[in-house]
Amino acid sequence: MELQQPFSLKRFFLQWEWMLVLIFVAVNVINMNLSPYYLDAEGLRDATMSFLDKAFIVLPMVFIIILGDIDISVASIVALASVVMAVSFQAGVPMAAAMVICLLVGTACGFVNGWLIVRFKELSSVIVTLATMIIFRGIAYIILEDQSAGKFPAWFKFLGWGYIGEVPFMLIMFVLAVLFFSWALHKTAFGRRVYSMGNNVTAARFSGINVDGIRILIFTVAGLMSGVTALFLTSRMGSTRPNVATGYELEVITMVVLGGVSTSGGKGRMIGAVIAVFLIGYLRYGLGLINIPAQILLIVIGSLLVAAVLVPNFKWSPRAR
Amino acid sequence: MADTTRSFRDAGLLGFIIALSVLVQILNPSFLSLENLADMAKNTAILSILSVGMMLVIITRGIDLSIGATLALSGMVAASTVAMWRDTHPLVAITLGIGIGLACGSIVGVLVARGKVLPIIASLGLMNIFRGITFLVSDGKWISANQMPASFKGIALSSFLGINALIWIALIIYLLAWWFLTWNRMGRQIYAVGSNPESARVSGINIERTLYWVYTLMGGLSGLAGVLWVSKFASAQGDTAMGFELSVIAACVLGGVSIAGGSGKISGILMGTLLLGILNNAMPLVNVSPFWQTFIQGLIILIAVIINALVKRRAVRRTMQKRNI
Repeated sequence: MELQQPFSLKRFFLQWEWMLVLIFVAVNVINMNLSPYYLDAEGLRDATMSFLDKAFIVLPMVFIIILGDIDISVASIVALASVVMAVSFQAGVPMAAAMVICLLVGTACGFVNGWLIVRFKELSSVIVTLATMIIFRGIAYIILEDQSAGKFPAWFKFLGWGYIGEVPFMLIMFVLAVLFFSWALHKTAFGRRVYSMGNNVTAARFSGINVDGIRILIFTVAGLMSGVTALFLTSRMGSTRPNVATGYELEVITMVVLGGVSTSGGKGRMIGAVIAVFLIGYLRYGLGLINIPAQILLIVIGSLLVAAVLVPNFKWSPRAR
Repeated sequence: MADTTRSFRDAGLLGFIIALSVLVQILNPSFLSLENLADMAKNTAILSILSVGMMLVIITRGIDLSIGATLALSGMVAASTVAMWRDTHPLVAITLGIGIGLACGSIVGVLVARGKVLPIIASLGLMNIFRGITFLVSDGKWISANQMPASFKGIALSSFLGINALIWIALIIYLLAWWFLTWNRMGRQIYAVGSNPESARVSGINIERTLYWVYTLMGGLSGLAGVLWVSKFASAQGDTAMGFELSVIAACVLGGVSIAGGSGKISGILMGTLLLGILNNAMPLVNVSPFWQTFIQGLIILIAVIINALVKRRAVRRTMQKRNI
């Protein structure tokens, strides 16, 4: 945990988050030089809508990784929630109710994860969510088989494609979500409890923190936010299939780790993960503009990820690791 | 005490496999035919080869998510080589694949052992990098069956004493791994590092070296599996074996390899891969809809790990009771 230290300008600028800002600026400068179309306010604004859908899961994933846990079932939850929403809409449920069902399915899946992890402490969260990842995706396949479902009402498109004034609706929702999750992590007693659990769960329990309750709550919220992602993703695609969002879990974890959240738990901040979301999103957008295949991007993201975890292990970092 | 628990657990898994087999046999009498069993063993061979390496990794408290990408990369390089020089000997292709696998694995090993990067993160990053390189090597194209010479496709088709080459290779690797883990010093050190790194260090074990070799070995096995995979399916693609690492981890977990490190046996993963193999083979035979298969697999993995946890819990409780008396 970061202790209260006297403010030092050097320490302030040697933080990982500034490193990310620097990389972010570099990415933008390179993109600008590579493509004359990059520096276009509307283009940059609309690009956010193509990568912000999974960013909603990044926020609770920061909590999960600070706890020292991991959740690899989130992409399957997105698929299941999306499929259930589409099927119940086709069965005659009004769209608004179907959207609520989508969020409920996500929340329920997240609760199952949290309950299993707390109930069977011998199993790590990797194993539990590995199993539920297969199960949730499996249920989506049982429901929809190899079909796709869609034909949503026209207003549903607004979620993923609409604007309020000049700003995409999705971006506004994301900013609100970021504000809420940062507040919860950095400004509340709840957030401090999460950090203390990540540092030493036994000490946290003995100091009277309801560790099981907090863990279940966080995994449940991750399920809920996966439901939110399902809403935006489905709206953007216009229809859904059981294999949507494949690989989202790894992208989300990559963003969180790149954002400086330590997977051994107890360290990291929300702002870093949020910067990483935009960093990867604009990197992908820029490379897409100059027709560089997505697989090259894989190499870049992988290298960034490895560098992000290697750098703090060298001694120059002022943050005690 | 721990021994009886484990044998009880092994017996439970074996009983489950037998019960499942009997059930499938009643529903479809062609299940236990020699032909189908050979087919099943052949289809499970690659999974079981990778499980050996993954078990070593998990015993040291690690995990390796990059093996699917390593498999794809070495398979792609081997296939491109034989497509370009059609008279390449199959053994050269296999050696090439293993070499690339070893190189990939050693990078993971350096990051984990020297760089102190958590295995899940190091292998996640390298998974992306290896996938990207696979794409670069192939230029985004597939290598299809008619580009490969017959000799290369023959690796997976040939047989010795009526048993397919893939099965032989898997058997030899199991025997070697059993010897390695039981009689070799490094093999015993792997357990020591996994069950208690601190005491392993105090007793003079070079933890960094052990970790490095475990991941390198895992890479080498993935490289071998890559060549076998490409030869078996007669096609090399950028997305070969995507997500296969999760099946391998599932096989290990089913086989009783504890993700907390320090424990895991060859007989266990043999049964774990057998169970997954039977599931994959039997579900189409008894007309389970293909859309139910993912769900059933996931459910069985979850049930198996939960039973594992409960058995362990009971064992701990019994030891505690004994101490009180």
